[in-house]
Amino acid sequence: MNTSYNISSYCRIKNHQVSLNGTVIFSEEPSSFPEFIKAAYKAQNTNYPKFFKMDNLSKLAFLAADILLKNESLDSEMENNIALVFSNKASSLDTDVLHQKAIQHKDTYFPSPAVFVYTLPNICLGEISIKYKLYTENSFFIFERFNADHLFAYSNSLLDTNKAESVLCGWVELEGENYEAFLYLISKEGNIEHNKQNIITLYNT
Amino acid sequence: MEALKQELKENIIEQLNLEDMTVEDIADDDMLFGDGLALDSIDALELIVMLDKNYGIKLTDPKEGRAIFESINTMAAYITEHRAK
Repeated sequence: MNTSYNISSYCRIKNHQVSLNGTVIFSEEPSSFPEFIKAAYKAQNTNYPKFFKMDNLSKLAFLAADILLKNESLDSEMENNIALVFSNKASSLDTDVLHQKAIQHKDTYFPSPAVFVYTLPNICLGEISIKYKLYTENSFFIFERFNADHLFAYSNSLLDTNKAESVLCGWVELEGENYEAFLYLISKEGNIEHNKQNIITLYNT
Repeated sequence: MEALKQELKENIIEQLNLEDMTVEDIADDDMLFGDGLALDSIDALELIVMLDKNYGIKLTDPKEGRAIFESINTMAAYITEHRAK
């Protein structure tokens, strides 16, 4: 199909800053990731207590998605046909390590159910889906690095085959204090043409 | 018993990540699930682990949890009677 799509908005969280469509909307002096993401979440005035129960990867993905989706004027009572296509390199390793520590020694073997449920990277897709009532296609890919080719082709396929009206797509990476979220929303709206070069340019900006 | 109730409230807030809640927000007879603190099924599992880890109590029948975890009062009473540490 030759239907063209656009990137209607994009969000980046990296280096103690949160930006929306290229404009910094929150920044903080260097602090630990948990302190930073908590402050960034509170600055958004999103009242969602379950945020604090999430693991760090889910908090990162949830906040970036929430910043984009809250501007979409979605009907909270309606199902929203927005597919999710996320990717990263470290999978859920950050939480996997926490879980491993809890089961390392026979004498102190107390695995935490609340940690264990986050030992898959795609759990963050579930958290976003629950908040925004997304009963839609969702995928989480593991790549060595940001893969614009794949994200472009996969998102277009979902849109071309009417599996979704729009796609929330991108990269959500977290391992310890190294974190980076870059999410963008693809639909027929917006001013930035959805093509590989633009995806790469926005990612590198 | 009062010290145990205080300890339980502090542990529940910390281990269940009830970020915006303080000890003063939890009454001894508040329902922990449902309309009270609105804890969920994962929280219930965390409470079972907490009983084992902090008090040496192993719940072998998950159905027991429903009555034990009804409130801080019921938890404290059960722990006082069954604690191994």
